[in-house]
Amino acid sequence: MEKELWKGNEAIAEAAIRAGCNCFFGYPITPQSEVPEYMSVHLPQAGGVFVQSESEIAAINMVYGAAGAGMRAMTSSSSPGISLKQEGISYLAGAEVPCVIVNCMRGGPGLGTIQPSQGDYFQATRGGGNGDYRTVVLAPSNVQETVDFVQEAFDIADQYRNPVMIVCDGLIGQMMEPIEWHPVPKRDLPPKDWAASGRKGRDHHNVINSLYMAPEDCDRHNQHLEEKYAAIAENETRWEEVDCQDAEVIITAYGTPARIALTALETLQAQGLKAGLFRPITLWPFPWKALRRVAERPSVKAFLDVEMSSSGQMLDDVRLAVEGRRPVRYLGHAGGVMPTVEEMAESVKAVWKEVQ
Amino acid sequence: MAVVCPHRISIITGHYGTGKTEFAVNLALSMVQTHSRVMLADLDIVNPYFRSREKRELLEAAGVELITSSPACSDADVPSLPAELLAILQNRDITGILDIGGDPVGARVLARFRPRLLEEDHQLIYVLNANRPEVREAEAAIRYLRGIESTTGLTCTGIVNNTHLCGETTPGEIRKGAALAADVSRRTGIPVLCHVAEERFAAALSDLPDPVFPITIRMKKPWE
Repeated sequence: MEKELWKGNEAIAEAAIRAGCNCFFGYPITPQSEVPEYMSVHLPQAGGVFVQSESEIAAINMVYGAAGAGMRAMTSSSSPGISLKQEGISYLAGAEVPCVIVNCMRGGPGLGTIQPSQGDYFQATRGGGNGDYRTVVLAPSNVQETVDFVQEAFDIADQYRNPVMIVCDGLIGQMMEPIEWHPVPKRDLPPKDWAASGRKGRDHHNVINSLYMAPEDCDRHNQHLEEKYAAIAENETRWEEVDCQDAEVIITAYGTPARIALTALETLQAQGLKAGLFRPITLWPFPWKALRRVAERPSVKAFLDVEMSSSGQMLDDVRLAVEGRRPVRYLGHAGGVMPTVEEMAESVKAVWKEVQ
Repeated sequence: MAVVCPHRISIITGHYGTGKTEFAVNLALSMVQTHSRVMLADLDIVNPYFRSREKRELLEAAGVELITSSPACSDADVPSLPAELLAILQNRDITGILDIGGDPVGARVLARFRPRLLEEDHQLIYVLNANRPEVREAEAAIRYLRGIESTTGLTCTGIVNNTHLCGETTPGEIRKGAALAADVSRRTGIPVLCHVAEERFAAALSDLPDPVFPITIRMKKPWE
């Protein structure tokens, strides 16, 4: 298939349209504004509905309504805008309404900067909203993966009736890369017989709701959600290992830093240092078991976690997986500063020296 | 590159993502070798990343004067324009390159300078990349071109074929773009100024009917 040159954000929008997204609701914010901009032109042409909402809060609640009626609905934003959506995401998860949310992350906290960052890991994986809920979080590290994941995200959401979030940093949204529109795996999905889309001869109304008057009912509902999340963790956990087999130092990174790490590995391996990359692709469910297995290998001496975050957020999950078997060190920048190939290579060397 | 852009002011426009900034930066670095005073103005008010201002150090070391909005605004996504831009418009000793944001929307910055530009020796250049899905057909490419002309009130007088696929570019890709540029040129009567190609491809493309403008990739990603 012929390759085309796409900008990350416009590719996200096109991928969603190709995945059958019927409704998009969003509000502009740098560095993701090309997503709604592209949607505003192309989604109506494909027979869908685009609404520029009055706010991010309105957008996520429009998603709640449309997806609750059985539509494939999506919203996108960047960090501060995603913060505004948290209440809606909690409601969507509570009412088990499938949808796709894209966070093209920028520097924070607050308004931060418009440059790329990864400071929303906790928000995405721990849930920025209230209650015991989880969103499936996919973290692509190039435009091709972003395009593939966005398409698959709609199926994952529908399969589990759960919000799925794509987190990419601003660089992935803004950069141009060659991609191809190859077929992505399609799932055998259950009918949306729960959707509030009209009674259609049923003996009951479908109700989209996250309110339970009796504590026992709410407890039961939470148990049900918990079982669903366990199934997601079992079936959907994804990661990539690069040269981990005989590596002594392993970089853990996702998104853009993982991309930078691949070049750093070339530098290090040329100098004879055995280094590898462990890249979580789902941030939730995090690949704890897989990383634990890597940490148990005798060849592995230490880990270096690299993020675009000041003190590290995924670092917590790396430590939970490694369980103290090996030292875990950290390299990171926040506010839109990206780690360089050179400093990553230097940090790996420093960690390697430390464990000799 | 006096042959390609012989006018005092070169205005680089096009659909976004076609590689305008890469061309503008390389053009400035090329022009500074033959012109006494070259200024490059980053007037992209659309795109927050991958802008010519990121190459300040390289450009200034080479002798190119870079004009951008004030540091206070440079990472704020506000459409502020640098006052120093007037130097290019008014000082005829300066050879100027204006790096404009993508699409007719990005070209809006030019509209207010139209009367001034019309008095100067200028050229509105349309950068084309046949791998960008929205401009890969001649008809669509011309629609963007006409949109930019109507927004700016200026007339395009040159097409630059900048067809590439980032690190996966081949001479074949550039030839594909040359065919599209020729088609757009035939339908509009606007000449093809040059085909942009990395130095390593230049020899393989010497049979193209228009000049090849050899470049070195400057707008790199952090892992490149």
